[in-house]
Amino acid sequence: MRLLSLCGLALLVVGCQTGIPEDALALKPDSLERRQLESRRFAGGKEVDILAACSGVSQDMGFTTDESETKLGVLVASKTREASNAGSRFAMALLVGGNAANSMDKSQKIRLCIVVKPVAGKEGQEWVVRATFQRMVWNSYGQLTRLEGLSEPELYQQFFEKLSKSVFLEAQKI
Amino acid sequence: MILRLSLLAAAIALSGCVHNATESALEVGANQVQIRQIQSRAFDTTDKTKTLRTVISTLQDLGFVIDKADLELGSITATKLDGYALRMSVTVRPRNAKQLLVRANAQFQEAAVTDPAPYQAFFSSLSKSMFLTAQNVD
Repeated sequence: MRLLSLCGLALLVVGCQTGIPEDALALKPDSLERRQLESRRFAGGKEVDILAACSGVSQDMGFTTDESETKLGVLVASKTREASNAGSRFAMALLVGGNAANSMDKSQKIRLCIVVKPVAGKEGQEWVVRATFQRMVWNSYGQLTRLEGLSEPELYQQFFEKLSKSVFLEAQKI
Repeated sequence: MILRLSLLAAAIALSGCVHNATESALEVGANQVQIRQIQSRAFDTTDKTKTLRTVISTLQDLGFVIDKADLELGSITATKLDGYALRMSVTVRPRNAKQLLVRANAQFQEAAVTDPAPYQAFFSSLSKSMFLTAQNVD
């Protein structure tokens, strides 16, 4: 009985807790490293041309544009795709059992934000392009299973390779 | 007695988070003036575009992806996904002839963030970026 009342009390305490992590809005030690991973410097051209090249690359990768504000150098795009292929679902079903396939990730929405910014002191000549990816994953029950930013270096390397080709400029690692 | 108490506690727990539409839409429980103070800071600059661009890069440094940006309105909205969803709107508008007012409001999962600490952390990060920009360091 005492346990029951304790449980009730515990529910009462945690019932409305929002629990924002303390460091959610603080810069972390790896912030600079992430900035470098997600950014490349481009020389020449106009800001709007660089942004147009970014838009072209996002279309090449199958993204559709959600939002853009040229005056601030912002482009936001997204795409929805299957989260896992049929082969891996079959393999998982064999390993874990018949129902495993149903609980696996089914679809994912990938969001891409590209921001073009003039390099301080070299306005009108050099630009920094910073791309950030994040994704939401749903399982076959329609439940949201993952909310995450994407930080794989290969993803950013390949993106900037495509962008470099797109703008015909030489990207310089910053 | 214990049973009654526990039932009461459970009932409060279950009903505790249910708000009606008016309460949810207006957030009538919050102190309007206090919330504004917690969420706002003034900066000694009149360059709205540069400040908005600095807000965008600070949000990116903090792991956000931009959702919307509007120069005329002076508004940026962004979302951070890191096992949770944190959405934030930041507005920049003139405060007087020499200053801009930056206001930020955040929503963590399905609740407004009213705790001052996360806003202090955000403005601290923003101040560092504003300083970097002023010093021509990228």
